[in-house]
Amino acid sequence: MDRVPILKLGDLLIVSIQVDLDDQSVLVLQEDLAAAVVSRGAKGVIIDISAVEIVDSFTGRMLATIAAMCRMLDAHAVVVGMRPAVAITLVELGLSLGGVRTALDLEKGVALLNHVGGTAR
Amino acid sequence: MTREAVIESSADVVAVRRLVRSAAIEVGLSLIDQTKIITAASELVRNALVYAGRGELRVDVVENGAKRGLRLVVNDEGPGIPDIEQALTDGWTTGTGLGLGLGGSRRLVDEFDLLSKPGQGTTVTVTKWAR
Repeated sequence: MDRVPILKLGDLLIVSIQVDLDDQSVLVLQEDLAAAVVSRGAKGVIIDISAVEIVDSFTGRMLATIAAMCRMLDAHAVVVGMRPAVAITLVELGLSLGGVRTALDLEKGVALLNHVGGTAR
Repeated sequence: MTREAVIESSADVVAVRRLVRSAAIEVGLSLIDQTKIITAASELVRNALVYAGRGELRVDVVENGAKRGLRLVVNDEGPGIPDIEQALTDGWTTGTGLGLGLGGSRRLVDEFDLLSKPGQGTTVTVTKWAR
């Protein structure tokens, strides 16, 4: 099983998925992130999937779950770096990730979180 | 060349994605079509794993005149599907997933065939043609 490292930058947590994760690793990441949001008092979570070649319904559901979970823990989540082929495939699969905020890259993701979190700081 | 895989764990699902990727590249599928067929394979073998506990995959390169394509056959000996139309409906599931696996996979490929009888397992055959 692969464990994805969670990096802290100010009040943001950054996760970059670099390998093809099996379902078990996906669930572990979900739990690790929830725990980290609370223990580190994070206001934002960025999930970088620019290296991810495949997002199927299981991984897609994980992204939606993390976004919802963050909302309940008073944080915002942004998925960044989705490849065009992944976006096309997800929509055809029937998963448009309605509740998930996205940005084209890490830099734009950070800018988005600073913007949405700006009034609270 | 035929490639075969047995799916008994979620690590095997990752291995299947790798295997289908290399076959899709070999047959000349575009990047988007590679992504679609790998995603469909991931959904179908996970279904076999979740509902039957075990499944088998066969990957063949197929030809139709000048066209080349990739054909996947996912077979399991699980409980089978009593109502196939219902199983293909988005959102329908007897498991804990999203119910997008079968219907979603059908949209990602060019040809989709599902054979199943209660108590006799399920066989899904899908084909993606290179453009």
